[in-house]
Amino acid sequence: MNIHEYQAKALFEKFGIAAPKGVATKAPGEFTTALAMLPEGPIMVKSQIHAGGRGKGTFTDGYKGGVKFCKTKAEALEAAARMLGNTLVTVQTGPAGRKVQTIYFTAASDIKKEYYLAVLLDRAASRPVIVASTEGGVEIEKVAHETPEKIFKVIVDPAYGLADFQVRELASGLGLSGTESKNAAKVIRGLYAMYWATDASMIEVNPLITTPTGEVLALDAKVSFDDNALFRQPEIVALRDLNEEDPKEIEASKHGLSYIALDGNIACLVNGAGLAMSTMDIIKHFGGNPANFLDVGGGASKDQVVAAFKIILGDPNVKGIFVNIFGGIMDCNVIATGIVEAVREVGLRLPLVVRLEGNNVMAGKATLAASGLTIVSGDSMADAAQKIVKLVSG
Amino acid sequence: MAILITPQTKILVQGITGDFGGRHARLSLDYGTLVVAGVTPGKGGQFFEHGAHRVPIFNTVKEAAHSTGASASAIFVPPPFAADAILECADAGLDLAVAITEGIPIRDMIRVKRAMAGSRTRLLGPNCPGVVTPGTGELSNGGCRIGIAPGYIHRKGNVGVVSRSGTLTYEAVYQLTVRGIGQSTSVGIGGDPVNGTSHLDIVRMFSADQETRGIVMIGEIGGNAEVEAARWIKAHCKKPVAGFIAGSTAPAGRRMGHAGAIVGGAEDTAAAKIAVFKECGIEVAVTPSDMADALIRAAQAMGVALG
Repeated sequence: MNIHEYQAKALFEKFGIAAPKGVATKAPGEFTTALAMLPEGPIMVKSQIHAGGRGKGTFTDGYKGGVKFCKTKAEALEAAARMLGNTLVTVQTGPAGRKVQTIYFTAASDIKKEYYLAVLLDRAASRPVIVASTEGGVEIEKVAHETPEKIFKVIVDPAYGLADFQVRELASGLGLSGTESKNAAKVIRGLYAMYWATDASMIEVNPLITTPTGEVLALDAKVSFDDNALFRQPEIVALRDLNEEDPKEIEASKHGLSYIALDGNIACLVNGAGLAMSTMDIIKHFGGNPANFLDVGGGASKDQVVAAFKIILGDPNVKGIFVNIFGGIMDCNVIATGIVEAVREVGLRLPLVVRLEGNNVMAGKATLAASGLTIVSGDSMADAAQKIVKLVSG
Repeated sequence: MAILITPQTKILVQGITGDFGGRHARLSLDYGTLVVAGVTPGKGGQFFEHGAHRVPIFNTVKEAAHSTGASASAIFVPPPFAADAILECADAGLDLAVAITEGIPIRDMIRVKRAMAGSRTRLLGPNCPGVVTPGTGELSNGGCRIGIAPGYIHRKGNVGVVSRSGTLTYEAVYQLTVRGIGQSTSVGIGGDPVNGTSHLDIVRMFSADQETRGIVMIGEIGGNAEVEAARWIKAHCKKPVAGFIAGSTAPAGRRMGHAGAIVGGAEDTAAAKIAVFKECGIEVAVTPSDMADALIRAAQAMGVALG
């Protein structure tokens, strides 16, 4: 689960991580009051969406920049009015962009130097890792590619927690000393404490900055949480913004389905995440384009299959459907019955190819055949994938 | 000899009185697996009955292991309590703990893995389909099945299968079986980013196992575990290996069902892993339908009879 920058900054405050003072607003009528809470001087106006690249983004009405530096509050007011309710397109949003529903005003900081700091999981070590770099304010992937020596890592032993020597190592690695080093240590300890206490999967601060007066501030914040741990993080769950999620994905999660919309035209309905990924791959391999990832899970019920069908048929780009089921324990006849029921309920004018294999497969195939519906059956994944690609392109 | 478990391995089931655990305990009993104990705190002294089977239930893993000689556990405990259930296996000194549970918080697994360092207990999973060593009976009956995999698709033989994904494991096993090629053991290591046993751990065991003549290694996007295993294979493994990586079409930054299946950087894409597989002499399955055939090609090239 992702949260907005302004929500992350509120969490930062709780964990003693210094950041510029800021106020979030959701209505133009609140702009003046919000700005009045900030000190005089330049203001940053920041569109709040769950995607990176906001500063370099463009709104659908042509207005440039989802994050703006404004010299005065009057200027900030004007920029905020252009951004709120407008749709921002960045490298990460896709062409449709995201509607900006919250504006975050912060006091603009005097920047001495920019750094990068993040806490996340090191998979190879199975431990938390703190990643730091003297190259802040740019894409870290770019730094990793071009100047990998400028990135360094500290792996934390979860039995002991973050040790003081590791904090010193990070601060001196960033070239900080004196007051700056002390302030950076506070930020580093706060970030690690927050990562651990909130079940975060990643906290990224890019840039972290120093100011001429020796402050160390988190200028931006990108935070995501482990979905598996949300059951014990009610305060984090309360930060969820459904406006930022695909309505089809929300609907799917209500039915215990894992769905991700893609931009192709062949819808997939599969059991198991690995098989679902592979089904997308094999469609592409034979020249087609998958419209989604959809995993109905290992023990799908008839109702889930019906719900899954409704979700995939709600995508106007879909021109054909590929059902790929390996019923290990799952009864193929349950799936077949669900398919027939779904098709009867929602109607079907699109080609449907079904590949069923495994437990009770004969009964499942008989159910499909007896339904009188136009369903093409595939013998193997490869056979079925070629059939649906041909039907959709033909 | 198979790896991890043999048809003689005695197993216990944690969460045997739950719907999910109970259902799969029955399927394992039907498969001929020696399910000798169940563990549900508070239900010790009761019995889990299925047909002619009457499996005693214990309050703790330690009691269950001491009373019945069980050396491996199948864990079907809900996510909030699963980390504790895994540690209980380690404390009881079992050989193997297989965590089927899906949805364990990553922080819990970080702590469990740290706590199990130096333990004699091997953890498989979590979020995995488990492990099957097929038997010699009809539809491979008489084997040892820990977890949720369909036993009947297996056939006793000489190919080792290792995968993160359940359904892709079944797909590979089934492709082998219909081609008349049996399996020594098939292992699902699970789809989470922090797990107990890696591709490399299993590949090393298959490589050392005399019964195993060929290996199918199935991976997916995210992390670098497959790459690590591939490099080891290049340097040490003398058996034919076929590989497949799921997720070529997955967009970056989106989690594809498994908590671990997410492309973060250039190194963990499907294309990067496939390139390493090829460089390490692993025969890459072009599509998921090609996994068994890829192994047959690799075996033929090395003059190995898969059986």
